[in-house]
Amino acid sequence: MASFEPRIVAFLCNWCSYTGADLAGTSRKKYKTNVVAIRVMCSGRVDPEFVLKAFKEGADGVLICGCHPGDCHYINGNHKTAGRYPMLRTMLEQFGIDPRRFRLEWVSASEGDRYAQVVNETIETVRELGPLDWKQRLIESDTAHQQA
Amino acid sequence: MADKLKIGIYWAASCGGCEIGILEIGEKLLNLLEVADLVFCPCILDFKYDDVRAMPDGHIDVCLFNGGIRNSENQEIAELLRQKTKVMVAFGSCASEGGIPALGNLFHTDELMERAYNTESTDNPVGMIPGPGHSVEEGELHLPTVHKEVKRLSDVIDVDYFMPGCPPTEHQVWNVIGAIASGNLPPKGSKVGVGDKSVCDECDRERRGVKIQKFYRPHEIISEDGWCLLEQGILCLGSATRSGCEARCMDANMPCRGCYGPAGESKDQGAAMLSAVGSMLDADSIEKAEEIVKGMVDPAGTTYRFGMAESMLVRHLPEKGQG
Repeated sequence: MASFEPRIVAFLCNWCSYTGADLAGTSRKKYKTNVVAIRVMCSGRVDPEFVLKAFKEGADGVLICGCHPGDCHYINGNHKTAGRYPMLRTMLEQFGIDPRRFRLEWVSASEGDRYAQVVNETIETVRELGPLDWKQRLIESDTAHQQA
Repeated sequence: MADKLKIGIYWAASCGGCEIGILEIGEKLLNLLEVADLVFCPCILDFKYDDVRAMPDGHIDVCLFNGGIRNSENQEIAELLRQKTKVMVAFGSCASEGGIPALGNLFHTDELMERAYNTESTDNPVGMIPGPGHSVEEGELHLPTVHKEVKRLSDVIDVDYFMPGCPPTEHQVWNVIGAIASGNLPPKGSKVGVGDKSVCDECDRERRGVKIQKFYRPHEIISEDGWCLLEQGILCLGSATRSGCEARCMDANMPCRGCYGPAGESKDQGAAMLSAVGSMLDADSIEKAEEIVKGMVDPAGTTYRFGMAESMLVRHLPEKGQG
């Protein structure tokens, strides 16, 4: 799998993590380019459906970044994310998706370094796990079913 | 009496509860039989598949098809009935969303066979597992082949209406039969016999804004009357489930199990439920949430109890060792 380049969808909260990613950029921190960043107003806005959809549409990994607990711009939006995360991880595992493909991290606006590090770690973890390719599996499953 | 409405009722991968749901309309059955004939219903009438094959196309006015598509027989009869039927209704949760049998989609077929025929509750000393064909003196015997996943009725044929519920409640059955008999039908593809809100809208229990400290399974706690079950830590799917049942499970002190399918515009019942429950935990960190969630056994099986076949992801499992 030397040529495999994972596709990671990252949901970044507007107030902390997106600004943190910006800081990583303006500070010329180097990090890999496999991440598609999606800015959301709050990590609490990330409905579990978004995560499932990302995997379904071909993501190899999903990363959610939000403000540190206590720092949420909306007071407790990230507590809701924290509440959903363990259940969603278990559910993904039941579906047969390795939970290491799904990660939640707190990244503040001043943690450009940390953002670059989290992104690089996530990419390397997913690279080791290999492609998920859920979409292709759905297509193959449908074809097999029609032939059965 | 040639102008009576011709009704067919079929069961595919189902338990027979949908037929009971129809019988629940009680003495109204007599009114029904004044305007309608049952022309096919293997549960209560002795019709054979060949009788259906002999019917002209479009002979049956309405088919109430219950059960998901688990094997080749289910699919064959679904296709046959589609040909012979004018209005096809996916009746009940299994036909609409996969239902309980679709929970098997979380496992591979060989695991299901092993579980069903070779575990502690089974007396099977030679480890025999049924296969599709067997030779005997008289010739070759055939069984339908098991599909690797349970599909909804609409995955294999064109469906006109969907009527969820496990089973659909009797007043909704009667409403829908009335609508069909009077020809007063909504646009094709509609869900019928349902409300347009969530079960919580029909539930009388009070929400007090309390956060969940711990999850309980229904047998582990005596719930307080009149108070929201979810706030008491009993996983009730009311907030992610479509209304129409008059919240009768909660009236009987049981949490909603989600049989009416996803509410409103939501496409994925499990994700909607996780979203709601996650925001109600008394947790301000991932570690604390993990501690509380330990009490939730089987999140996928609970939140997709009836809707696994229409969940966003689980239509196909990765091969073992992948993923």
